[in-house]
Amino acid sequence: MTALPERTEKKLGLVIDLDTCVGCQACATSCKEWNTQGELGPLHDDPHGANPRGTWLNRVHTYETGEGARSRTVHFPRSCLHCETPLCVTVCPTGASYKRAEDGIVLVNPDTCIGCKLCSWACPYGAREYDYNSGVMKKCTLCVDRIYNETLAPEDRIPACVKACPTGARHFGDIGDPESAVSRLIDERGGFDLMPELGYRPTNKYLPPRSRTDVPPPIGTEVRDSASNALAERFFAWADQLLSR
Amino acid sequence: MNPPYSVIVFTTAAGAGYGLLFWLALAVVAHAVPIEPVLGATGVLLAMVLVTTGLLLSSLHLGRPERAWRALSQYRTSWLAREGIAAIATYIPAVALAAIWVFAPEQRICMLVAAVLSGIGASVTVWCTGMIYATLPTIPAWNQRLTAPIYLVIAGGSGAVLLNLILSATGLWQPLAVWIVLLLMISAFGLKLGYWKVIDMRSHRVTLAEAIGLTGYGPVRPLIPPHTQANFVMREMGYAIARKHRSHLRWLVILFIVAVPMTSAVLQLTTGGVATRLVLAASAALSVTLGVLIERWLFFAEAEHISIIYYSGQQSRKGTSGLASK
Repeated sequence: MTALPERTEKKLGLVIDLDTCVGCQACATSCKEWNTQGELGPLHDDPHGANPRGTWLNRVHTYETGEGARSRTVHFPRSCLHCETPLCVTVCPTGASYKRAEDGIVLVNPDTCIGCKLCSWACPYGAREYDYNSGVMKKCTLCVDRIYNETLAPEDRIPACVKACPTGARHFGDIGDPESAVSRLIDERGGFDLMPELGYRPTNKYLPPRSRTDVPPPIGTEVRDSASNALAERFFAWADQLLSR
Repeated sequence: MNPPYSVIVFTTAAGAGYGLLFWLALAVVAHAVPIEPVLGATGVLLAMVLVTTGLLLSSLHLGRPERAWRALSQYRTSWLAREGIAAIATYIPAVALAAIWVFAPEQRICMLVAAVLSGIGASVTVWCTGMIYATLPTIPAWNQRLTAPIYLVIAGGSGAVLLNLILSATGLWQPLAVWIVLLLMISAFGLKLGYWKVIDMRSHRVTLAEAIGLTGYGPVRPLIPPHTQANFVMREMGYAIARKHRSHLRWLVILFIVAVPMTSAVLQLTTGGVATRLVLAASAALSVTLGVLIERWLFFAEAEHISIIYYSGQQSRKGTSGLASK
């Protein structure tokens, strides 16, 4: 049903650290790899010929902020945020799009989706992509086929993108549980929602880049340690005065 | 938004069909037309042919048209499901109305009930169509109060020119039909100007800095794209129309759906010849059809989707252009 659950037992989601992400695309490619492989992978690509077509559930943009010495490169992975009030689900006429009551994951049933694309129009984050090969809509599943998969080793029961991230910029957990590691991370680092004013209440959170010095130190500055420093400074000041006469 | 041709033809044809059905139903209720079998047969039949053609064409927009029947289930939340249910439900009174009109016009009460239900069904269906667009906060141009009323008025207007054409062709012409056309076209003109004014004046809802949540870091610009080939989001949401063309097309919409039918209406009211009136009515119907097709194309082409800002870094429409911008 496209009616949203009143509350979900868990709010499983991702916390993405914009400070440590290096834009290596490992999350995007491992997502693609996991979701295309085997008989059960949801993505059906046509990678051959002059006009290859395929669907990716995770895209990594690279932006630049600020000007000159204050500029900063920010890598920005973008995927489904598994919103608490996702319009993509409620506009669906068939019930193929749904939000799971047990963990809050937003999914599309590929067997009932009619490919009307209205859900993609309703998503402000551009997270849904239409699969031209199978005629239905595709989106991030939060690797629902990994996180509960008992045939995988326990440490592998996390989304493929999180597993692949070499800098630890992606974190997976229950954002609804205030004691979870991801919730503490959000508190400590000031995790935020994307475009909160639209009212979709995303589950996934982003962590801002850490603050840094904007002005480089002057060239030739020596390393000083504080105790002996004051005395030496005074001596040099006295010598300077003496020599300036 | 990339204009989907199947949806444009669907809303144009089905809108005209529901408009025609609405006016026929109202005419029956108000005793405004003689209950001639030829009028009921041609009128309701034409309306239902337009609606059916539109609905069939709209299924071309689907990736899996064979599953279209599933689109009726989620009426509790989805305007698209509501539209589908209203469209199908309207067939019942419409077919009944045509049957009673042609075969049993003496069944006055049954005919009135069928007419009232047909009129309600037609209005509700078109309203649902408009609400599909009007309820999307991701597309600020559509997410305004005038969107659904414009769908309703344009459907009514294109139905009225068709009714006028049928009345002229069956020798049942009367001035009232022309006055309805005039009234609706003036309303459409006002509503469309208001719509364009809103989308021209509306400042960007979201900047790239807001979209990635990094306000206070100075200006944000795209540096490296996430992929080298266009993806679905870029194709579907990334349509941009040149400002110059947009302004010209707005004038064409006004010409075809307002100026031509109004001129035709005034001439019909002032000339006496049956043949002249038929030509005038037909030219108005053709002009309105063309005008609504352009209006629908522009409705998509002018609308920008918030998500495209992740790629473009800025929304292409800034400020004003020509018609309705002052």
